[in-house]
Amino acid sequence: MRNYIAIMNRELKSYFASPIAYVVIGLFLLLSGLFFYLIISNFVQMCMQADMQTQYYQMAPPKLNVNMMAIRPVFHNMSLFALFFLPLVTMRLFSDEKRTGTIELLSTSPVTNFQSIFGKFSAAALLFIIMLAASFIYMLLLMIFGNPEMGPIFSGYLGMLLLGLSYVSFGLFFSTITDNQIIAAVSTVTFILFFWAIGWVSSFVNPEVGKILSNFSLIEHFDDFAKGVIDTKHIIFYISFIFMGLFLSFISIESARWRGR
Amino acid sequence: MIDVKGISRYYGRFAAVDNISFQVEKGEILGFLGPNAAGKTTTMRILTTYLPATTGTASVAGFDVHEQSMQVRKRIGYLPETPPLYQEMRVKDYLSFVAKIKGVEAKQSKKAVDDAMGKTDITHVSNRVIKHLSKGYKQRVGLAQALVHNPEVLILDEPTVGLDPKQIIEVRELIKSLAGDHTIILSTHILPEVSMTCERVVIINKGKVVAEDTPENLTKNLAGSQQLTIQVGGPLMDIESKLSSIEGIDTIRTEQGTNPEQGSIIIESSSSVEIRPLVAKTIVENGWSLYEQKSQDISLEDVFLQLTTKEEGTVE
Repeated sequence: MRNYIAIMNRELKSYFASPIAYVVIGLFLLLSGLFFYLIISNFVQMCMQADMQTQYYQMAPPKLNVNMMAIRPVFHNMSLFALFFLPLVTMRLFSDEKRTGTIELLSTSPVTNFQSIFGKFSAAALLFIIMLAASFIYMLLLMIFGNPEMGPIFSGYLGMLLLGLSYVSFGLFFSTITDNQIIAAVSTVTFILFFWAIGWVSSFVNPEVGKILSNFSLIEHFDDFAKGVIDTKHIIFYISFIFMGLFLSFISIESARWRGR
Repeated sequence: MIDVKGISRYYGRFAAVDNISFQVEKGEILGFLGPNAAGKTTTMRILTTYLPATTGTASVAGFDVHEQSMQVRKRIGYLPETPPLYQEMRVKDYLSFVAKIKGVEAKQSKKAVDDAMGKTDITHVSNRVIKHLSKGYKQRVGLAQALVHNPEVLILDEPTVGLDPKQIIEVRELIKSLAGDHTIILSTHILPEVSMTCERVVIINKGKVVAEDTPENLTKNLAGSQQLTIQVGGPLMDIESKLSSIEGIDTIRTEQGTNPEQGSIIIESSSSVEIRPLVAKTIVENGWSLYEQKSQDISLEDVFLQLTTKEEGTVE
């Protein structure tokens, strides 16, 4: 436990000792904020138009739900930004240790591979949690000026957390297989994009295969969370995905030791 | 303390280390000598548990490097060829981190870090960020991380690389002072470093041990013959004939100087008996003058070259 905490702290401090953490958190908030503003502005405009139409035609007001029409797209946008930003956070975790030779320090210290993998994963996960927590300020603004339902907001954040940790676990894995950070980042983005797009492919193949494919889609499982539905099958999917990334990282580190790479 | 039995390490078909065996006693300093790609680093990596051996066994402090790697790791300090430094960290923070993962108790961590910095003379740069340090200081921080948990065994891969001459002397002195409490293996290309620092040498070439002994014995055994140059005053022909009667002298050659009564005589002997006192006694008893007596020792460098440049088939 002591080693795990030491490695996690060192990684976390290292993020904040370099511009990585500030740039990634800053740009994530900037883009999320920009799209939040655009989506909310659009929603407000729709509300005003609906209000005018209601008065003009003397008809019942249409049902415009801020959760469905504004918050849900905000979460979808955030999940896309995380796809591009989190690989920048995870790309250096092991590849930099390999490049600089510090992996020799970890591998010859009484630290297990599990401790170093989980320590690094936790550091990147904590950075992502800080990103998510900072983005909650937009929801607070909505709460001050509107009256959104809290349930879908919290379920959306739970979905974002699980989705983000899936990105982190495979980002970690790709950083174990190369000493080049760029290769690690590009491989992670490509891999995650594949598991995003796999759901779209399902509409072009026969329904049975399509159903199987959509079950592997990272974004299909996220959709329910954004709607405010917490289904255990989605939670189990993400936990399995995270576990698989960590397991492959473990195998990769072990095999690198045997191969002497 | 360290027992290596027939370890080999293959990369595909290439044997980086081929059936190496040697022992290191507690408190001893062992020099690991060999040309580039001889297998020194691979052997050190096997001993530090970084790499598993393909065949053979090795134990450190009684623990098998493969089966009980965590026990071995607690007992070794390792300085790889490239010091494993987190460039963005401050020296003190880095050493505290290393102390933590090496298992130093939290209460003793500060003292352990201060001691390691004191030994390697880096206390005055403790608050500096590592990436801003010179190569020599980085090397010393690397040495400090190997020492921070006061390990029983120190494995140092070229510890004086990048240091200036003054620092090299300091590091050699430090390594010597650590012997006794610590068992040390150090690899180097710098041959005088081995003679100055190590009690015993293992010379390795193309993955095999080609010699193992004290630096003195290696040079003595491999020298084959003793060569002695003396500066004398007196009838050179008489001196030469008198000296040639000494048992054990194989060849004798006179080089006359400008003065016919003074010159140098070069004597070669393959005898194991020390000929210098006999030569001196003969000259003095005959009333001749002895100005200088110089023994031409074979250097460790010659031994190293002789052993590592042999044809493959002749390597023992």
